[in-house]
Amino acid sequence: MDQLEKEVHPKILQALLDAKTDYTFDDVLENEMILNMGPQHPATHGVLRLLLRLDGEKIVACVPDLGYLHRGYEKLAENMTYYEYIPHTDRLDYISPMANNVAWVLAVEKLAGIEAPKRAQYIRMMIAELARIASHLVAIGSFAMDVGALTIFLWTLREREKILDIWDILCGARFTNSFTRIGGVANDAQPEALEKAKWFVDQFEPNLEECEKLVNANRIFIERVDGIGAVSKEDAINLGFSGPNLRACGVNFDLRVNSPYLCYNEVDFNIPTYSEGDCLARYFLRLDECRESAKIVKQVLEKMPQGEVLANQPKKVLPHKDEVYTKMEELIHDFMIVNFGINPPEGEIYHAIEGSKGELGFYLVSKGEGKPWKCKIRSPSFNNLQVLPKLVVGQMISDVVAIIGSIDPIMGEADK
Amino acid sequence: MNLKELVPQKLKEKFPDVSFYISDYKDELTIKFDKKNVVSVCKYLKEDDDLQFNYCTDVTAVDWAKRKERFTVVYNIFSMKNNFRLRLKSDVDESDCAIDSVSLVWGSANWHERETFDMYGIKFNNHPDLRRMYMPEEFEYHPLRKDFPLMGIPGSLPLPKK
Repeated sequence: MDQLEKEVHPKILQALLDAKTDYTFDDVLENEMILNMGPQHPATHGVLRLLLRLDGEKIVACVPDLGYLHRGYEKLAENMTYYEYIPHTDRLDYISPMANNVAWVLAVEKLAGIEAPKRAQYIRMMIAELARIASHLVAIGSFAMDVGALTIFLWTLREREKILDIWDILCGARFTNSFTRIGGVANDAQPEALEKAKWFVDQFEPNLEECEKLVNANRIFIERVDGIGAVSKEDAINLGFSGPNLRACGVNFDLRVNSPYLCYNEVDFNIPTYSEGDCLARYFLRLDECRESAKIVKQVLEKMPQGEVLANQPKKVLPHKDEVYTKMEELIHDFMIVNFGINPPEGEIYHAIEGSKGELGFYLVSKGEGKPWKCKIRSPSFNNLQVLPKLVVGQMISDVVAIIGSIDPIMGEADK
Repeated sequence: MNLKELVPQKLKEKFPDVSFYISDYKDELTIKFDKKNVVSVCKYLKEDDDLQFNYCTDVTAVDWAKRKERFTVVYNIFSMKNNFRLRLKSDVDESDCAIDSVSLVWGSANWHERETFDMYGIKFNNHPDLRRMYMPEEFEYHPLRKDFPLMGIPGSLPLPKK
């Protein structure tokens, strides 16, 4: 123990030792052990560090340590214009950057009082749902891989590649897209991109079923995760679970339905819920959500109206690039917006969307300047990780890997 | 009855001595009050049967730099029953940079308060585990304060000991 106190940070260790431990096990070994898991650990999905207090192989207490990927994005936001911040939102949840772009521009649009044209909103809905599928495919695959089913990861990533190809056509980037703009999207969706999206959702369902078949009937997999890391409905709400994790606990709550943004009230889809709240429920829920998202994309492609993709508010919305090169007025507006920002009126707003991981919100305070006075990112992964100690206490050491995989944290978002 | 009228009315009935400043901007209701009452008001909002603000989405602070009461602590809370979002605010002065913790009311406030403490140096009284959230423990500054430079302070983050 003396040795440990020198190596581990004293305050973290203290928090671990002070933790409430109602758990007693019959077959105790003689001494408790303290195990440091991460930050460099393949199953922590990034740089999450956990301090575990073990009694034999059972976990008595757990203290997560965040901040290894803290880049100060809230501080950076206070020092750049609203437009300049769009590429930085890609780096929050780097598995589904498109959804973050959508969340940021919606928050800024609410603050500045801009409404994007219908077609832009439909394009945003399409990319947000494709981002959700892409994110859930990684979540499903890496969760199965964490518990030992390697093949499904390769199969889900094959599907994800197709979405990245759509994004490649759409905006020229596969990973850090920065596709949305305040008041619209960077460019109109090309017919090839829409065709490819249609082709993708048509072939997606049978392919997903194929992936499922690999593990859904696999007794080793089911017994490994069934009943592991369960949390009750009340605890889940109290501790701030959100998104798929919350719905797996039996709470029928989805911001797309409860406070509709974009045009989600014009499409028809279900909110899958499970009541068990364990790892298996979270896995099944993500599979179901993929199907629902594909359904939304199908409807969006059918209903997508024609028209402009940028709002007609020249003082606040960047003009199309070809107009900047040929027209004087647009050149002036472009210069003013790029150099001085869009100056939303004084005030504060909070706007959240149902991101891939849960409620992704931005709290913005404007003082009427080009830069936000304050920007707070309400990141779902941060909140979901807060429940982790509750989930792992009382479980076996090997279940920690499965539980982390099932709540699907992305450290870029949790650490900001 | 509309929640926007119901919430202030119920609060005024329940806490006649507390002055509430109510504002409504962009369809978002904000209620500002003194920091002494923060726990009792939050507890009431959570436990009242009609309101049931059971979900604390976010706790943060705003640094106003030159204002007399320098910080404002902001709580974004949500009622799943009524599908209604509410923002609570409370001013904190730099000389007495502390406010009572609501982490016993909403468990999710725990880490948000730790983060606010880390970034702004606002202490949360009665917090069960008030450590820094992101920055290392030896770090002396609070990075989101407006007087902390964007470039950082050279030498403020020591390399780990060997």
